[in-house]
Amino acid sequence: MSLIRRHWLSVVAILVSFVVFVIPFIFIVLTAMKDKRQSALLDFSWPEKFQLWENIVDVITTRNWQLLTAFINSTILTVASVTLLVVFAAMVGFVLQRRRTRWNGLINFLILAGLMIPPAIVPTIWLLQAMGLFAKLHGLILIEVAYHLPFSILLYRAFIATIPKDLDEAAIIDGARPLDVFFRIIMPLLWPVTVTNIVVQSVTIFNDFTNPLYYLPGRGNETVQLTLYNFQSQFNTSYHLLFTNILLITIPPLIVFLFFNRQIVAGVTAGAVKG
Amino acid sequence: MANPTSRAYARRSTYPGWFFLPAAIIYGVLFLVPTFASLYFSLTRWSLFSSEFIGLTNFYQFFEEPFLVQGLVNTVIFAMITSGLKVVLGLLLAVLLTSRIALRGYLRSVVFFPVLVSTVGVGITFTVLMHPTQGAINVALELVGIDGPHWLTNPSLALYSVALVDVWKGVGLATVIYIAGLVAIPKDYYEAARIDGSTPTQSFFYITLPLSRPATVTVITLSFIGGLKTFDLIWAMTRGGPGFSSDTIASIIYKQYQAGFYGLSTAGNVVLFVLIALLVVPLTMYLNRREGHE
Repeated sequence: MSLIRRHWLSVVAILVSFVVFVIPFIFIVLTAMKDKRQSALLDFSWPEKFQLWENIVDVITTRNWQLLTAFINSTILTVASVTLLVVFAAMVGFVLQRRRTRWNGLINFLILAGLMIPPAIVPTIWLLQAMGLFAKLHGLILIEVAYHLPFSILLYRAFIATIPKDLDEAAIIDGARPLDVFFRIIMPLLWPVTVTNIVVQSVTIFNDFTNPLYYLPGRGNETVQLTLYNFQSQFNTSYHLLFTNILLITIPPLIVFLFFNRQIVAGVTAGAVKG
Repeated sequence: MANPTSRAYARRSTYPGWFFLPAAIIYGVLFLVPTFASLYFSLTRWSLFSSEFIGLTNFYQFFEEPFLVQGLVNTVIFAMITSGLKVVLGLLLAVLLTSRIALRGYLRSVVFFPVLVSTVGVGITFTVLMHPTQGAINVALELVGIDGPHWLTNPSLALYSVALVDVWKGVGLATVIYIAGLVAIPKDYYEAARIDGSTPTQSFFYITLPLSRPATVTVITLSFIGGLKTFDLIWAMTRGGPGFSSDTIASIIYKQYQAGFYGLSTAGNVVLFVLIALLVVPLTMYLNRREGHE
């Protein structure tokens, strides 16, 4: 009886999950393979003529290779901001967890505020302009670091609490300098949470649409999410190219997902169980 | 052996205070300064080069102009629907995906993967799938004899359709948070309850539900704040339309910014900030207090 029920439930779950979660992706792939005429029908059908490769070439070379520029921009943005995030957040998390000072209360409050408060957009643009960082890639890199620091610090602080303090003291007694303690002893031990941080924040920043839209306008400044937005207006009759673009920018997160599924889940569920 | 003074010095500097500095400078300049500046600029008519103090006029507008009021209401509705559905569906999916079901790994993956996909890409895909006449959803509904609604072009439905897509994309996150909470519940409790004659339904309501409370708090807080701030999905799918029927504060901030009303746009930021503080702080306090009583 229970066996039958379990099988019944499994079959339903697999069917429903396929319809709800897999079919939209199949639709993306199928539309990306079609030609212009058939894709305009917007229907869920088998491509009459497979031209995925032509579509890829088309979408990459269009508008003076905009998508290629965008991939380069997005890669620089992601790599640079995640690198800074990891180093700076680990430094804060380490000292914040180890040293009890009267600043800790304020810092914890600022971390929570950073997770909750929506960034004030126009004042930020005004400030970036004053500093000559508006519509500059390095300006956006610093913005991404500022906005994502609170979450990274939380991850690091929780993990550092599990590393015994005796380790730091033993190293100091053995003659290590403070900087060595952090960079040579603590940082390597933080590797698991560093991987989690890198993976979660890379996906977030690579997929970021709002911040590049506001802080990095202008030709040649596009990030991959914005190409989609630009193509949406330009290609409102060329759905095959629009969906080829969606397919192309879904590949990086897919690769990350295939290799780092466990670390992502660890990162997003941190703090969910305690209490 | 070092003398006591230098050892005390060494211990203190094992955790140098300047480790805070790089993060503090970036966060302070690019996040805190604009946040404080917004409090002033929201009270002005502002062109980036000059600002004229006009008191609370921008805020009056937010509570008087019908389309701005609607944006305010929409934001709260959107956040409540999405966080409510994510809690219910997330918990049910988590119970299902921690049971002994076939292809559990595959199911967990397909539910979670949309979390990692570009929001704009998801928005565009569902805009096409929700096309009133040609879209796959309504074509499928027609096959079973249902006349599908105009998901995104009906003003009284557009906001809810976008909310459904937001749930589609975000429910995987709620599910993995709940799974982490559920696997931490000791198996003995279920065993003991079963020996005492508890039905699976009773076990769910008296063991699973109360003990997954920390996960519930996380899911509600995360998705409620996220829902209040939502911009990219709405922009990709409806641009706030038809009319202003699916505008939220975040899309109004962008529209006012594009139109050059920088003071009003900044006031929108302050309104959103106050709204989050007014709704989320009591909510988390309430959820955490209840937790302490159990």
